[in-house]
Amino acid sequence: MTAVQHLKRLTAGLALLGLAAHASAQVQVTDAWVRATVHGQPSSGAFMTLTADSDSKLVSVATPVAKDVQIHEMSMKDDVMRMGPVDSVALPAGKAVKLDPNGYHVMLMGLTGQIEEGSQVPLTITVETAKGEKQVIQVQAPVRALNGMEHMDHSKMH
Amino acid sequence: MSTLFTRRTVLTGMGLLGLGLLSGCDSSPRLNFKYGKDLSDKIMGRTFKLKNTEGETVTLSSYRGLMPVVFFGFTQCPAVCPTTLARAAQAKKLMGRDGEIMQVIFITLDPERDTPEILDRYVKAFDPSFEALYGTPEEIAVAAKEFGIFYEKIPAGDTYTLSHTATSFVFDTRGNLRLGLQASLTAKECAEDLLTVMEVC
Repeated sequence: MTAVQHLKRLTAGLALLGLAAHASAQVQVTDAWVRATVHGQPSSGAFMTLTADSDSKLVSVATPVAKDVQIHEMSMKDDVMRMGPVDSVALPAGKAVKLDPNGYHVMLMGLTGQIEEGSQVPLTITVETAKGEKQVIQVQAPVRALNGMEHMDHSKMH
Repeated sequence: MSTLFTRRTVLTGMGLLGLGLLSGCDSSPRLNFKYGKDLSDKIMGRTFKLKNTEGETVTLSSYRGLMPVVFFGFTQCPAVCPTTLARAAQAKKLMGRDGEIMQVIFITLDPERDTPEILDRYVKAFDPSFEALYGTPEEIAVAAKEFGIFYEKIPAGDTYTLSHTATSFVFDTRGNLRLGLQASLTAKECAEDLLTVMEVC
C-alpha cells in the first residue's frame, strides 16, 4: 500500500470518527437493525434504540435502499394489531426510546432490492431538539434474518 | 431436552379418566388450555375456500389429518406477522415429532400486493412446511369474516399499511376449531397448548 493510500484511509477513518463523536454529543443510536426480506418483498422494518441528551424528537429516517421511509406506531388491543404513520417520536432527555417490533418502528417502503441477511443498510436519522436544532446521525444497521425471534415485550401486549 | 413436551404425560392422565374420553373429538366439547382461548364451542372458519401458492383450490378439509394453525396477515407487515410466524416455527420445533402434523396456514389480508410468488417465499423463509393462501379481495373478505378477523387499510403516504387481528386459530385433526393463540404468548406456551389439541384425537 502506498503512503498516499494510507493517508486517504486515515483521513476517511478520522472523518468517520468525527461524525460519530459529533453524533454522540446529543443523540445516541444503538442496536440498530433491519429485517431481511425475501425476493420481491417491497418493504421492511428498521429498529433501534435512541437516547437523547436533551428533550428531542425523531423526525425522519432516510436510506438509499428504500424510496419512501416512514415512522409507524404499532399497538395491540384485544389481540388486534393497529398500525399507522406518525409525524415524529418524542425522545425525552436521558430516556432510551426503543423502536422495536412491539411499538414504534421505521418502515422502509418501496425497496430498491432484496435486503439480505448479514448485509448492512445505511440509515440517515434526523432528530430535532426542543430548540429546533437538527442533528443528523448516520448508522450502518446490520440485517437480521426474517425469521428471527424478538423478545416480546409482554407489558405492552396486554 | 427438558422443554420438549411429551404426549405421555397427557395420555397417562387421560387413561386414568377412562378410555371414553379418547373415543372421539365430538365427545369432549371443551378443552383446558393453559394459555390460549378455548374456541371449541365456536363455529368459525369452516367453509373458507381459497387458493394455495400453486394455484390449487383449498378448503379446511384439504388439511384433514393435520392440525391447521391459521393466521391472517400480510408480507409488508413489519412486526406482528414475522414474529407470529417465527413463533409458530419455534413451537413446531419444540413439539419434536408431534410437531409434524402442525400445518401453519398464512392467509394474506393484502391480496392486491401479496402475489403467490412472494407469499410462498415469505412463509417458507420461516419453515418449509408453512403454506400461504390467497384469493380475490372479495374471497379474502369472506374468509376473514368467517374467522371474525378485523382488518382495515391505513393510509401511509402514497401507499397503505394494515391493522388486523393477530390471533392464530388452531383446528384439531378432524377440522374442529379448538384454540385461539394470542400474539402475546411465547413459543413454549403455544407448544404446550398445541399438544393439548393433539391429545383430543
